[in-house]
Amino acid sequence: MIYDATSETMARDALQQLQLERLQTTVLRAYRNVRFYHQLLDARQVDAEGVRHLSDLRRLPLTTKEDLRRAYPYDMFAVPLREIVRIHKSSGTTGKPIVVGYTRNDVRRWSELVARQLVAAGLTDHDVVQVAFDYGLFTGGLGFHYGAEKIGAAVIPTSSGGRLDDQIHIMKDYKTTALVTTPSHGAALAHRLAEMGVHPEELHLKCGIFGSEPWSEGLRRFLEERLHIRAYDSYGLSELTGPGVSSECEARDGLHVNEDHFLVEVVDPVSAEPLATDQEGELVFTTLAKEGFPLLRYRTGDLARLLPGVCPCGRTFVRMSRVAARTDDLIAIRGVKILPSQIADLLAGIAGLGPQAELVLDRQEDQDMMELRVAVSDESSLLDDLKTLDAVRSDLRARIEEMMGFVPRVMFVEKRTLEVAGRQRVRVVDRRRL
Amino acid sequence: MLSVRSCESGYGPLRVVKGVSLHVGTGEIVALIGANGAGKSTLLKTIAGLIRPTAGEIIFDGRATQRLRAHHVAAAGLMLVPEGRQLFAPMTVEDNLILGGYARYRRGQATWVNTQMERAYELFPILAERRRQLAGTLSGGEQQMAAIARALTGGPKLIMLDEPSLGLAPLIVRTIIDALSRLRREGTTILLVEQNARAALSIADRGYVMETGSVLLEGSASELLENPDVRRAYLGKDYTRIDE
Repeated sequence: MIYDATSETMARDALQQLQLERLQTTVLRAYRNVRFYHQLLDARQVDAEGVRHLSDLRRLPLTTKEDLRRAYPYDMFAVPLREIVRIHKSSGTTGKPIVVGYTRNDVRRWSELVARQLVAAGLTDHDVVQVAFDYGLFTGGLGFHYGAEKIGAAVIPTSSGGRLDDQIHIMKDYKTTALVTTPSHGAALAHRLAEMGVHPEELHLKCGIFGSEPWSEGLRRFLEERLHIRAYDSYGLSELTGPGVSSECEARDGLHVNEDHFLVEVVDPVSAEPLATDQEGELVFTTLAKEGFPLLRYRTGDLARLLPGVCPCGRTFVRMSRVAARTDDLIAIRGVKILPSQIADLLAGIAGLGPQAELVLDRQEDQDMMELRVAVSDESSLLDDLKTLDAVRSDLRARIEEMMGFVPRVMFVEKRTLEVAGRQRVRVVDRRRL
Repeated sequence: MLSVRSCESGYGPLRVVKGVSLHVGTGEIVALIGANGAGKSTLLKTIAGLIRPTAGEIIFDGRATQRLRAHHVAAAGLMLVPEGRQLFAPMTVEDNLILGGYARYRRGQATWVNTQMERAYELFPILAERRRQLAGTLSGGEQQMAAIARALTGGPKLIMLDEPSLGLAPLIVRTIIDALSRLRREGTTILLVEQNARAALSIADRGYVMETGSVLLEGSASELLENPDVRRAYLGKDYTRIDE
């Protein structure tokens, strides 16, 4: 099922015409209305009226997260505040927050993009969608809410907080057919379901849409098995709009990028040189239809590649691979490189642990030290028995040793002591840099 | 049906159109709005072949036309209803209309031309009444209708109109706008240039907003109507709520 066939199956040359028109207007409006872009383009001697072909995109300078942070709060807005009807915040954990603004048209277009994604996952107006993403400044909750509402589904706005048991009771009693949340929250729900003795067949779930953090195929299989669903990956960034930038279709062989709204490039994370299709690098997006918050060549910090070939689903939009990691995530310790998401995946596989965790890296007498502080869910039975806790700790240490070649200190802490918001399930505190 | 890519055009050293891209799909009504001096007329004349662009491409019905002379562009099915009507005042309405089908008429397709002309009269019944009158004696609104009818007699695939509402009373503007709407229903594709943004966007599917030679905004008609800059600059609205 395709929500907007006219757009999603557009012939490539018609798409490129549309992209050229929109790129030209976006660059002009950014130059005229956003002081940052006016100064940047002038400084780099780039003529805002000089975009003649799509390939001229490369001549534009890149925009970084730091640029957006420095513009806090409203300096990147391309319209007066009066015309902004919605404000959201990017969920980054480090540095100053990035505030994003939407005009009425931006909000409407956003809901259309999310609608595309939900229909691609097979949802219709018959579905009951439980949006267990954080409702608030984070774009996940309201983003999916508006999209689900647009397709006429029944939306249950549970948000992400509250007890897992409550979420599960709602899923069961309200006959939820589609669950929308982060993969780690999904894993936590799956574990809790088993602990409660509820069989997935007792639920009406058929579909899960997960996003907001990188997650592995292994975790996908886990979620599908434990919840009896088809799990779909969703990719988005508040800075670009929120959810709705790209998503998997029924073929689940890459995520279709909404190319009529975003120009996508892959660049070398170090040199920022554009890379060819099928080469892995950093995703860079240019908005084509944003009024309130246009962005030119924005460095996402997410690593992926653009897939060659055409998808059997009929959509002509290019597909990107699932995001493997973030450029700033890689940790090097004692000669080994690991990703926090690997630790997070490990924790997802053990009932009662996480998803919040903190990795503290330190250096003592020329030796790298790592301490893993893991939150234990207060709804879990783990806290009842010291022996079980010890066994779980040993198990975890063994698994980490297998993965990394050495054993860190592992500490279990109460959920509340780890205040981890946003995209990172495992927060890294690297004291060695000091 | 029509794709314009980064078109640059002007008069001698004067750059008026600075890299404009737009497209009109088959069966669409696309509006091009903007203030006086934005370059809209120059753009239309460039597309029609009256002015040679200095850069960019114009593709009509699959053919690149930026190097074609105006009469070849018209013969290909792309007709311009110019700004200010520009009828031949000392000739009758009927003769003006026949001239619209000149290219086909000369090739012995008189019957076909007559059919197109009768369709044009059907669209504007008042013209039928005035067919023997001299074109210069018609009222402003009637002249505009005659100018459109003249273009229609050529049986165009795409008709471009340059400010059809200029100098006309609101009621007549409405008549003409409704006629365009009917034209589209009957299968003609339309590119409508207007300072009267409200009239144009009321029947358009999509629109482009031009300012000093460049396109600043594009979108569906409803999106443009919703855009605060468009409302303020072209719809004359600075209220928070519009009820029309």
